[in-house]
Amino acid sequence: MLKITQTAHYVPSKVVTNDDLSKMMDTNDEWIRTRTGIRQRHVVTDEDTTDLVVNVANELIQKGGISGADIDFIIVATASASEAVPTAAAEVQKAIGASKAFVFDLNAACSGFIYGMSVLRGLFTNPTYKKGILIGAEVLSKYTDWSDRTTAVLFGDGAGGVLVEKDAAAGNMFLGEDLLSMGDLGDKITMAGTTNESPFNDGATADNPGKWVTMDGRAVYAFATRNVPKSIERALAQADLTLDQIDLFVLHQANYRIVESIAKRLGQPIEKFPMNIANYGNTSAASVPILLDELNAAGKIKRGDTIALSGFGGGLTLGTEIIKF
Amino acid sequence: MANNEETFKKIQEIIADQLDKEPEEVKMESNFKNDFDADSLDIFEIINEIEDEFDVKIEAEEGIDTVKDLVEFVEKQA
Repeated sequence: MLKITQTAHYVPSKVVTNDDLSKMMDTNDEWIRTRTGIRQRHVVTDEDTTDLVVNVANELIQKGGISGADIDFIIVATASASEAVPTAAAEVQKAIGASKAFVFDLNAACSGFIYGMSVLRGLFTNPTYKKGILIGAEVLSKYTDWSDRTTAVLFGDGAGGVLVEKDAAAGNMFLGEDLLSMGDLGDKITMAGTTNESPFNDGATADNPGKWVTMDGRAVYAFATRNVPKSIERALAQADLTLDQIDLFVLHQANYRIVESIAKRLGQPIEKFPMNIANYGNTSAASVPILLDELNAAGKIKRGDTIALSGFGGGLTLGTEIIKF
Repeated sequence: MANNEETFKKIQEIIADQLDKEPEEVKMESNFKNDFDADSLDIFEIINEIEDEFDVKIEAEEGIDTVKDLVEFVEKQA
């Protein structure tokens, strides 16, 4: 069966604090902290998404004591790849010499890592594949309007990932799953719209929402706090588990108030919902694997723990994977 | 649909629960910001609960400053 054998994360070294932002726009540390839980975020200077992903992939194979040539597939969950082609996954394949692998990017915005876990699980049903890498990575700073205080305070850059291997001694890793998307609410979060400069273009991108990230805060807050608890409950029902049997809920780090609201709606103690949003802001597809790696490195998750991973955001998308660590 | 008094009682409970107050502290004339130190996210949360409880859609959170504003909004849609 399957096992997450290694976790890793990487963030760019440049830190931007709330006080730094208050010098760029009309905002302040107290406002940002009380409404989001964010104290600082990491942003790239001379790096891009590929660099973050390569750092994570290198750490995963080093920790695992394997080489790139041992990897069967690489999935990068990102909405902000350095370029559309070659994919971030292709860049990583080259960097780590994963010569026998097949690789691709997956975009489900903030839910990308969770959707990636589902895809990874499916791929592993092929008996040929023994080792796979899934990395969530974002550089949202390049899609942030740094003059817009309603969005600029929220996001950060980073990457995190897992090495998953077939292990005859391991039990079931995937216990339950729930994935759901709501495309009719797609305009509630938008980012990275492109312009069609073709001479034949006759308005194909006229109503494109544009490059900068936009978000309808109230709609997204309501979407997350209403739907994530239901998603967790559906995944638990599939796993035939109860809320009390979950050791930790590792949720997408969008806003600590959303996490608190979800904990309250589920009737679970907030201590079971670890958070690191204070240090990173919302890193979209990277938030769950960054948190997972920090918990693993700190010994806060142990082998055999039952963990609920949930992502939610752009699309709109949401999803939960109940896993045995 | 419930009369004004019943609507108020339910809304009072929702607000008290969300803001960690005693129900009797929540009065018709209470102002969310001035009396309860509530911010926009608290009001989002209260509106969500009220939308679910009363099966109404509250679009304009901008105009909601007091408990009375909420009760009247729900009554109007009922």
